[in-house]
Amino acid sequence: MSDHKVINSRARRIDTPAKATGRAIYVDDLSKPGMLYGALLQSPHAHAKILSIDTSAAEALPGVKCVVTAKEAGLVKYGVSPARYDETVFCHDRVRYVGDEIAAVAAIDKETAEKAVSLIKVEYEQLPVLLTIEDAMADGAPLLHEKYPRNITGEVHQEFGDVATAFKACDLIKTTTVKNKRQDGGFIEPQGCLAEVDLDGTLNLISSTQSPHYIQRTVAMVLGLDVGKVRVKKMYVGAGFGPKAGTNPMELACSLMALKTGKPVKMNYSREQVFMFNRGRHAFTHKITIGVKKDGTLMALEHECYLDGGAYASFGPATVYYAGSLLAGPYKLPNMKYDGWRIYTNKPACGAQRGHGAVIARAAFEQQLDMIAEELNIDPKELRQKNMMETGDTTCNDLNMSSFGMAECLDAVTGGSDWEAKKGKLPKGKGIGLACGFFVSGAGFPIYRSDTYHGTVMIKLTEDGGTVLVYTASAEIGQGSDSAFAMIAAEALGVPLECIRLASGDTDMGVDLGAYSSRQTLMTGHATKDAAEDVKRQILEVLSDELDVPVEGIDIVEGRITFDRPVDFSELRTRYIKEHRGWTDNPDTEYLTFKEASRIAYLKKGTIVGTGKYKPHFLGGTYKGAAVGTSPAYGCSAQVAEVEVDMETGQITIVQIVDAHDCGKAINTTSVEGQMQGSISMGIGEAMHEEVKFDANGNVINNDLAEYKMVTALDMPPVDAIVVETNEPNGPFGAKEVGEGAIMPTIPALLNAVYDAIGVRIFELPLTPERVYNAIQEANKE
Amino acid sequence: MKKLIQLTVNDREVEIAVEPNMTLTDLIRYEIGLTGTKKGCETGDCGACTVLLNGLPVNSCLVLAVQANGCTVETIEGLETEDGLHPVQDAFVEHGAIQCGFCSPGMILSAKHLLDKNPNPDESEIRAGIAGNLCRCTGYQKIIDAIKSV
Repeated sequence: MSDHKVINSRARRIDTPAKATGRAIYVDDLSKPGMLYGALLQSPHAHAKILSIDTSAAEALPGVKCVVTAKEAGLVKYGVSPARYDETVFCHDRVRYVGDEIAAVAAIDKETAEKAVSLIKVEYEQLPVLLTIEDAMADGAPLLHEKYPRNITGEVHQEFGDVATAFKACDLIKTTTVKNKRQDGGFIEPQGCLAEVDLDGTLNLISSTQSPHYIQRTVAMVLGLDVGKVRVKKMYVGAGFGPKAGTNPMELACSLMALKTGKPVKMNYSREQVFMFNRGRHAFTHKITIGVKKDGTLMALEHECYLDGGAYASFGPATVYYAGSLLAGPYKLPNMKYDGWRIYTNKPACGAQRGHGAVIARAAFEQQLDMIAEELNIDPKELRQKNMMETGDTTCNDLNMSSFGMAECLDAVTGGSDWEAKKGKLPKGKGIGLACGFFVSGAGFPIYRSDTYHGTVMIKLTEDGGTVLVYTASAEIGQGSDSAFAMIAAEALGVPLECIRLASGDTDMGVDLGAYSSRQTLMTGHATKDAAEDVKRQILEVLSDELDVPVEGIDIVEGRITFDRPVDFSELRTRYIKEHRGWTDNPDTEYLTFKEASRIAYLKKGTIVGTGKYKPHFLGGTYKGAAVGTSPAYGCSAQVAEVEVDMETGQITIVQIVDAHDCGKAINTTSVEGQMQGSISMGIGEAMHEEVKFDANGNVINNDLAEYKMVTALDMPPVDAIVVETNEPNGPFGAKEVGEGAIMPTIPALLNAVYDAIGVRIFELPLTPERVYNAIQEANKE
Repeated sequence: MKKLIQLTVNDREVEIAVEPNMTLTDLIRYEIGLTGTKKGCETGDCGACTVLLNGLPVNSCLVLAVQANGCTVETIEGLETEDGLHPVQDAFVEHGAIQCGFCSPGMILSAKHLLDKNPNPDESEIRAGIAGNLCRCTGYQKIIDAIKSV
């Protein structure tokens, strides 16, 4: 039984009735009088010089209101990380991938805009196309960006402890190399935006985005606008998973054309353009060497990683750090050496996608742990338990586990899956596999260097009626954040959830870094709790004064004012009723209501407004790149997957997945389970079916949702989601993340289960039937 | 050259002139103004545009508006009544079967159609019934729980 009144329940979410009825508005549902439609001219070549651009025919087409290129947009560089700003709105001298933007057109309808785009004449001089890391790093290869020799966007070299010496003391050292493929976010709503300039000169940009704040700053910086005159909002967003966390060229082009034409401009990506833009999971090659003692004690990790990053940096500089830093846990590991390189290639840029750089690293590590367990004849669960970090432990790279329910998660999944009975005892073709993982609850630092708060929240009480208005610039993208903050506000203030009315996703409401790095529950949740407590304090102070009771003797519980002694509040009620003459439902309860108390507070003080803010304390070490991987808290999880493999065809059927995730404290238990199950569905897709495929000219050839194979209801196994709660001290009401941590164990649990079924290790994803079949055939030959 | 068509949308008669190449999705969303039907891919792969055409679920992006001449169309907006949410909608809300909501209108209509035909589907029938509706958020588990509960 929860000792909370609102949170830690299965309350119905506040946004889902509108979504169930079609009333929920997404950006493409909007229409404005005089609205123009925008279309983009995108490069058909993966690498080419631009010799000339002739827009005259496009401009002359009837119905065209505006044609813009780099001439109009300027060449202010932007991206994700200021140290790696390498994009301009439009290319002016070179295109670097199929899809690189060169121009945009705004016209009276979409057909005219697209026709005009086809009339823009660009003269190209093709350049050698670099599609692999080897090609990009080769001597004499053309540089995609002049500043970066050998096309290295960023490289990381870190050592903690002394790996070489530690290896000398090891009884077993194992090396494996694991590769995945580029992924696509696969959100069902393509990116879209609508820009309009008010008559007072404010640019209003509505976009399907995960971070109005980052978009606002980028638009202002790139287009040379006063950031105070740029307002970015989101409607409901059809998911993001990472690719929608950074600014896209369409948002900039749309804003520019709204400014130039004075008319609202709407633009959308087609599904094909979503694939062309990508900004999804990088393709990684991880070479992992783990050294252990024969009793299974982990001693050292040597890790080399190459990331195929596409044509621009995007989140890549952070990705290459995450790929290394998050292997320092969840096990005690005193010695870790990491060398990583993120490489430019002539393909769409890769960015941050659910789990960011840690997902494939985790897969490689957990697979190798299994191999080590087998060789040492130790149960994989025992090997993990033996080395597991505990609450309060800090990794060799200064990441602190302020709460850490990994042991509970491990027990829960092995218990729930019948691990003991099945491990090593299933017939050929059937297998069971285990893995663990963990992730940040928000990055310790914003993506631009700043002292800014990571989240600010305003709460205003209606002057009458006892309704609590919560304003947050955070982004509800499907994860349930709006409901989580409404529940936190209600809990902290002491009122029922029905009293809350929340609005979000608007930069006018405050600062919020947005929905990425699994930060909102912890960080924005803190700011919300703060603001609610501020409001509560103000009401209690007024009541204390009015009723001559000390503040400590008053509380608000489920919408009732409670006192620690008998109090005569009749004078307040009389005043309230006098102001509501004619009302038929005036309060007549034996307790003073929140509604009355907030009215009295308004009459005394004016509008009651509370503010809250959150910034993590300084986290991490002082070494280069120490910032990446830091977080005020870490969510962790364990999974067991059970599979059947058809030895004749290589087809894998997942029988069941049992997942346990420590989220600190579930604000909404149903939402937490939903994130776990959704993470697993993406993990299964990545493990078994999904890969973005290119032809020799750098075109994405499977740029639709039939050939990019995401999991359907027929592919998804039953998922038993077990919520573990360890009461994170750094989290609001003990809460920390679930949005990304839950994807970590999925791929390795499947890799390990498939090995258990077929007796052959596979080191390349996805586990297509062909790949599995070939692995079985190879093994049979030996 | 536009063609005049007549159809019934959510029990209302509509008469409208449309371009021959206009899809049913665009007719519903932009000409009639019912934006609950969503566009996820426009190539019939994701099911976000699912509507019931003469009682059968279709990807409205693969139907030309002119093909809907003389037909009845039911969109997500047609499910709500003055008594509140349709039981399928209520079940989706109650069971947490909706996260970002973009697949939900299509998913709910597919579910409604399944249940109208087969009031007690087993799990494999439910999975088959929604196989044409992609969801990237939920992993389908709670959608299946919701449909089972109706």
